[in-house]
Amino acid sequence: MLIVPCPHCGDRPEIEFRYAGPAHIERAQRPAELSDEDWASYLYLRDNPKGLHFERWRHIHGCGRFFNAARDTVSDRFVASYKAGQKRPEIPR
Amino acid sequence: MTPFRTPAGGRIDRGKPIRFTFDGMAYTGQAGDTLASALLANGVHLVGRSFKYHRPRGIVAAGAEEPNALVTVDRGGGREVPNLRATQVEIYEGLTAISQNRWPSLKRDLGAVNDLLSPLFPAGFYYKTFKWPRSFWAKVYEPAIRRSAGLGRAPKAPDPDRYAQLYAHCDVLVIGGGPTGIAAALAAAEAGARVILCDEQPEFGGSLLHDPGATIDGKAATEWIAESLAALGRRDAVVLPRTTGFGYFAHNFVGLAERITDHLAAPGARQPRERLWQVRAKEVVLAAGAIERPLAFPQNDRPGIMLAEAARTYLNRYGVRPGTRAVVITDGDSAYRAALDLAAAGIAIAAIADTRAAPPGPLVDAARAAGIVVHPATTIIGTEGRRRVHSARLAPVGGGPEDHVSCDLILMSGGWTPAVHLFSQSRGKLRYDEALGAFVPGTSAQRERSAGGCRGTYELDACIGEGHAAGREAAAAARRSPAVSATVSGDAPAAPLPGGERSSQPGDAERGRDVAGEGALPRRKIPKRAFVDFQNDVTVKDLALALREGFRSIEHVKRYTTTGMATDQGKTSNMTALEFVATSLGKAVPAVGTTTFRQPYTPVTFGVIAGAARGDLFEPVRRTPIHSWAAENGAVFEDVGLWKRAWYFPKAGEDMHEAVARECRAVREGAGIFDASTLGKIEVVGPDAAEFMNRLYTNAWTKLEPGRCRYGLMLTEAGFIMDDGVVGRLAPDRFHVTTTTGGAPRVLHHMEDYLQTEFPDLKVWLTSTTEQWAVIAVQGPKARDVIVSLVDGIDIARDAMPHMSVRLGKVAGVPARLFRVSFTGELGFEINVPARHGRAVWEAVHAAGQAHGIAPYGTETMHVLRAEKGYIIVGQESDGTVIPADLGLDGMIGKTKPDFVGKRSLARPDMQLADRKQLVGLLATDPKVTLEEGAQVVEDPNAPVPMRMLGHVTSSYASAALGRSIALALVSGGRARKGMKLFVPALDGTAQEATVTDPVFYDPEGKRLDG
Ligand SMILES: [Zn+2]
Repeated sequence: MLIVPCPHCGDRPEIEFRYAGPAHIERAQRPAELSDEDWASYLYLRDNPKGLHFERWRHIHGCGRFFNAARDTVSDRFVASYKAGQKRPEIPR
Repeated sequence: MTPFRTPAGGRIDRGKPIRFTFDGMAYTGQAGDTLASALLANGVHLVGRSFKYHRPRGIVAAGAEEPNALVTVDRGGGREVPNLRATQVEIYEGLTAISQNRWPSLKRDLGAVNDLLSPLFPAGFYYKTFKWPRSFWAKVYEPAIRRSAGLGRAPKAPDPDRYAQLYAHCDVLVIGGGPTGIAAALAAAEAGARVILCDEQPEFGGSLLHDPGATIDGKAATEWIAESLAALGRRDAVVLPRTTGFGYFAHNFVGLAERITDHLAAPGARQPRERLWQVRAKEVVLAAGAIERPLAFPQNDRPGIMLAEAARTYLNRYGVRPGTRAVVITDGDSAYRAALDLAAAGIAIAAIADTRAAPPGPLVDAARAAGIVVHPATTIIGTEGRRRVHSARLAPVGGGPEDHVSCDLILMSGGWTPAVHLFSQSRGKLRYDEALGAFVPGTSAQRERSAGGCRGTYELDACIGEGHAAGREAAAAARRSPAVSATVSGDAPAAPLPGGERSSQPGDAERGRDVAGEGALPRRKIPKRAFVDFQNDVTVKDLALALREGFRSIEHVKRYTTTGMATDQGKTSNMTALEFVATSLGKAVPAVGTTTFRQPYTPVTFGVIAGAARGDLFEPVRRTPIHSWAAENGAVFEDVGLWKRAWYFPKAGEDMHEAVARECRAVREGAGIFDASTLGKIEVVGPDAAEFMNRLYTNAWTKLEPGRCRYGLMLTEAGFIMDDGVVGRLAPDRFHVTTTTGGAPRVLHHMEDYLQTEFPDLKVWLTSTTEQWAVIAVQGPKARDVIVSLVDGIDIARDAMPHMSVRLGKVAGVPARLFRVSFTGELGFEINVPARHGRAVWEAVHAAGQAHGIAPYGTETMHVLRAEKGYIIVGQESDGTVIPADLGLDGMIGKTKPDFVGKRSLARPDMQLADRKQLVGLLATDPKVTLEEGAQVVEDPNAPVPMRMLGHVTSSYASAALGRSIALALVSGGRARKGMKLFVPALDGTAQEATVTDPVFYDPEGKRLDG
């Protein structure tokens, strides 16, 4: 069970959270203008990186807020967590 | 005292005899014995039959790694535990143990015929043998496999014991209470750390418990252990005996299973049987020790053949002589210690066969000095004796004249395997140490460090030093870091032990070890019945066969031969198998790799994992405020998600069919009352509430006036139907949203996601109100008549309060949100009142309805009535691949809205295809036949299989109103097939003919809604 860092509440056990998929995949302002291919890739194509992964979590049994985190998918180590809407931080490799 | 017991010494209490039974025979052991040591003290070596060949097997080890001596312990009253290692079962007065995998008895086992048939059971036999003929599978092969497969039998009765669970936090968790672990815990505690120390055994001390001559800091080992534990107690360390660290999970989350009562003859009534410790440790010290390796020589599995260190343990710790005349076969030094101790206790050492050409060192010299014959460059090529070994056949390595040596005990030692299980579970990377011929911890992935035997360090002084350093370092590291998980900064890998690299000198046990095991595993000739995995009956020959058939990856070899896949997970076999594969392939061991270690280290009971989550506490039960009335009035309940819902209300003598038919008639002809409190409810509030609803639902909300309702349809971004429900607009900035039963959390999460991350500019507040409102549905032509006298402050006349409207007022004196809605096709109201008034209002409505013949109805009637009207249930008529048009719900889509969640997806080409599955009605040609829900729909039931499946039946009921069966179905291009006859095949080979119709069977014009 992970310890998930909520940027609003601090470190909390994983059971308080719900994972919410990769981060920084923005919904188009006007989806109608997207080609079928671009829309399909927005819907379905996701990276599955080994190593650093930017992802969304919701502190569903806590503050209720969605936020973003950077986690190493090999070690499960969180290297950053930040509020929804904030820019993707630079993570030194 | 039995003749096999030494006169003195060991950790047992000679003054406390303990009586127990094994396979019905009565024996006596001493307090402090394990079942294995007590059996050996009684001269019992044959304790089990092997898995595949039913060969007689004896005790091989003295600890958790025991592959053979698996027993069932029956404590009575359903407390029956299979597959326990006799080496870990502590005896108590009245213990009842039973051997496994034999019939009718251990000595006369009919399954032993398998041994004669062993050529039929090579590696992968089940892949090859049971393919043909096909009809044999279900009738012959599978029952035969089921009868013979598995070790032990699962108990049938419910487990009457209680299990506890707790969370614990500490600075330093030390796993393993041998000399290394004790030293580590002490050092950490002295540095001020909060320490938890656990060990799987009842007594702390590990290898010291069978090493009576050992001294630490000038003290006798036992004295040092006692003083150290006392010091830990003074520093408030948590010290847990009988506690196995079985699982190492992410972020230093470690599972410990503590066994509290299994060793007691009469457990206290209030004691839980086991306790699960869920420990979050800032730092972990692994001090799990090492496991001795057997050697894979022909017939190495006879009772009386055991690991050298195990024999030493039985002698020194339990005061048991495991034999009278022993042959030792080894490729390293540590077996000499066992030989010397056994010789000193009066056991004749017939010979030490050492596969090394010129075994060096003080232990070898000591053996020779003690008059023990040492044969260098000698191996063992076979053994004899069926239920107990009676001789060993020794021969020079590389061939030569063989020497028959009679004996009743063979001690084998193939070197040591560091117990890296937990390190590997922590995702640390193993490193192969050539000098040790073993994998040792390499790169850490978590905040842990290994010390002592599990790190390949075997000498006592070095272990104490490593343990001490690891404990001190761990305490310092725990102080440095405030939390287990780094939030923004990341964290450093575990610091190396002081002194830099690990001790480069192999321990004396290993010096000069014949690493490739060449002596024991001659490369050219494949020995017969040389067992690698005792528990799964895998031989060297099986491994060779797998390699010959082209398997190269160790993971494939493992699965094909099943080596390492039994309940011991290959504790004694993995390295031997790996070395054989590597040698055969001419590769280095690390090039072949090692298999991944998985939790648990040793088997863990389901009970301790489940804890209190069983029976009534298995999962939460949700009951509506009206539940108690339904229960008092004879309702039969069904589970819908976590909810208990009234299914139907049978009257005396009625079966379900009759009750449902009566309830349906009551609603269609008069009035029915239904508890709809489980509907999910979300209050959507704020100046941008209408815009938010526009974006989240397909419908247009802007023009919906306060006081009116609309059926809302919610899609996923991919365009598929996610949820539906009636939404009432209470005010320009306030919507009362209902969702499917059980759907509210999912819908709220979805809404929050878009509100917080895609549309954060919208000023909207979302609140779950599912449990705040009790919902009482009154449906039927007389619904208005029923409630009119109870309603206060609302004009509910036909035109004043039309279909799909909502009003605020009072019902039965209670503030209410009154909806005029219908899920039955009849005139209907849904009365929302605060949950605490739910039952009172329900009773008031029920009383008022008596004059109108009101009947309470349950979910089954609700389903029939809605199906008669072709109303869908999300999750029944839809399955995550269904779009609105498929269900004929295009009208629910706000065509002029520029965007809503899912809109873009509806424009994808696949969503326009004419052959998409569409909702239709199906009327079976035989009106008495109710089609099977979930059954496939086909054009021609006589077409060759696999025939094309057009879709499936989604809902099917007997309709009282129509006097016949009805069904809804999703059928490819279904709307264009109306009037056609299709077929619904059944499992028995028959098929029902049915006609495709419109999905609305009753009152297609919807006139009754306006009643
Ligand atoms: Zn939070």
